[in-house]
Amino acid sequence: MAKELLKGNVAIAEAAIRAGMNAYFGYPITPQTELLEWLAKRMPELGRAFVQAESELGAVNMVYGAACTGARVLSSSSSPGVSLMLEGLSYIAGTEVPVVLVDIMRGGPGLGNIAPAQADYNQIVHGGGHGDYHPIVLAPANIQEAIDLTYGAFDLAEKYRALVIILADGSLGQLMEPATLPEMQPVIMRQPEWATYGAAGREKRILSSINLDPPKQEAFNLHLEKRWQEVKKAEIRFMEYYLEDARYAVVSFGTSGRISLSAIRAARAKGIPVGLFRPISLAPFPEQALYELSQRVEGMLVVEMNAGQMLEDVIKITRGKIPVEFYGRMGGMVPMPEEIEAEIERLVDLPLSLNGHPRDRWLDRFSLAN
Amino acid sequence: MVQTTLEEQIVYSRPESFTDTQTHYCPGCTHGTAHRLVAEVIDEMGIREKMVGVASVGCSVFAYNYFNFDFVQAPHGRAPAMATGVKRVLPDRFVMTYQGDGDLASIGMGEIVAAAARGENITVIFINNANYGMTGGQMAPTTLPGQQTSSSPNGRDVEVDGFPIRTAELLSTLDGASYVVRRSLHDPKNIRMAKKAIRLAFETQKHGLGFSLVELLSVCPTNWGMTPLQAQEWVADVMVPYYPINDFKVHPALANIKA
Repeated sequence: MAKELLKGNVAIAEAAIRAGMNAYFGYPITPQTELLEWLAKRMPELGRAFVQAESELGAVNMVYGAACTGARVLSSSSSPGVSLMLEGLSYIAGTEVPVVLVDIMRGGPGLGNIAPAQADYNQIVHGGGHGDYHPIVLAPANIQEAIDLTYGAFDLAEKYRALVIILADGSLGQLMEPATLPEMQPVIMRQPEWATYGAAGREKRILSSINLDPPKQEAFNLHLEKRWQEVKKAEIRFMEYYLEDARYAVVSFGTSGRISLSAIRAARAKGIPVGLFRPISLAPFPEQALYELSQRVEGMLVVEMNAGQMLEDVIKITRGKIPVEFYGRMGGMVPMPEEIEAEIERLVDLPLSLNGHPRDRWLDRFSLAN
Repeated sequence: MVQTTLEEQIVYSRPESFTDTQTHYCPGCTHGTAHRLVAEVIDEMGIREKMVGVASVGCSVFAYNYFNFDFVQAPHGRAPAMATGVKRVLPDRFVMTYQGDGDLASIGMGEIVAAAARGENITVIFINNANYGMTGGQMAPTTLPGQQTSSSPNGRDVEVDGFPIRTAELLSTLDGASYVVRRSLHDPKNIRMAKKAIRLAFETQKHGLGFSLVELLSVCPTNWGMTPLQAQEWVADVMVPYYPINDFKVHPALANIKA
């Protein structure tokens, strides 16, 4: 198929349609609203279900109900709206129904602003809702990747009866670039062996997240953990750029990863042997690949559009054995490639230390620089 | 010797829509009555295999164990949203929520108002027993002025706690609501009226007329600190005057439908 000039939010919405999504439930919030608007037009003309819910709370529970029937179902929101959805996400995880959610992150905390940010990393990757559960979290860095990840997300959700979250940011939602849309899959109503769609000719089924008997709840928790181990074995995704001969590595996801790549190309042009490690599956995180990389390079620079949330995971995975530095922008600010390039040069030029915390060092020089 | 043949005639049996399970409800509670009426109506309409129930949080959290059809379990207050999700992908199924007053009229007021306003083609069975039963009898949005509960020990003070919500009346103002009535379960006459209303609510859904809700005044002898008989009298003497038994909204098309 030919490339089209597509806006991120629209591209994600259309990819979900082409993946055979049966229903969408959402609520307007900038910077993801075009996703809802696109589906408000497309879903009814295709004879599929679309509801603009009364709130994100309503939306996530409509998604929950529809997913219980075995339908392919999507919701989308942005940071404050996703905070409101967390109750429902915990229930969805506790009931093991497949759901795909898109979070187009914006600046926070609180109402914050509508500019791009990556500060929902902890909330999404490390849970957010109550109880032990693990969503599969996928972070695209361009519109083609956002399309491809969304298109495959429903299969992934159904394979593991899991919650799959596409974690992008306001710039990916808003920017336009050429990309190819996938083929339209037939829209069918699936009737998996666990789903509740009316007990015609079979025993009744119950879908619930309640388990008043602690030993039974613990057995269910164990089941979720074992399933997560399977996900960790099979669903790791990441991209490596210029790492074959690299002595330094930048670790960065999504939009900040993409900007880092520009900085790395500029640094390479100056002869600096630096490459990029870009996790795509933030959960499960590419722990082994990053650990192996840490054995090969002399230092790492973590770049995020937050105050160092993935940074903590990188420190944990590299076990404090190699120097790690951090550079972040917050509150809806997006780093320029030149800022990251300067950080790469600093990484190369300055004596590296295993002492202290990279965030502390970043805060010291960040306050000086700004 | 005269021989008589006795022909057995079954006058009372367990509805197919009911499971053979002992409930967890307290002695004298009218949840069982409400369940039974719903199960009978579903049997009579022959829709058991097309039912998807949505249980709520509260005493009826385990309703799914007692009804013999597919069920999902909603977070507290969110049953109308979940029901919307089910109904929108399966419009030919019958979708029911079964909610108490804390669930529906307090934490879930947003969801129920929005579902009714959308004219969501679902049926809501709403149990009003003037308190939070499951957590031990705290003040609910339906607790009457002056009524003592464990969280209004000196009686509901409207200056501090505000006023009870007449849910059926409130929802009946919405154009999307097609059948909104209040009935009571405190005596046989009212129970029979309640069954007819539940039938009409499901008929509303069957005919695609939109949102239907039956509010059922119910007893909570355990948390009210009364015998079952006293509790039934309290409904008649105290609750009914505040929460009148009435039809608040009946879609004109329902006039031709016999319940």
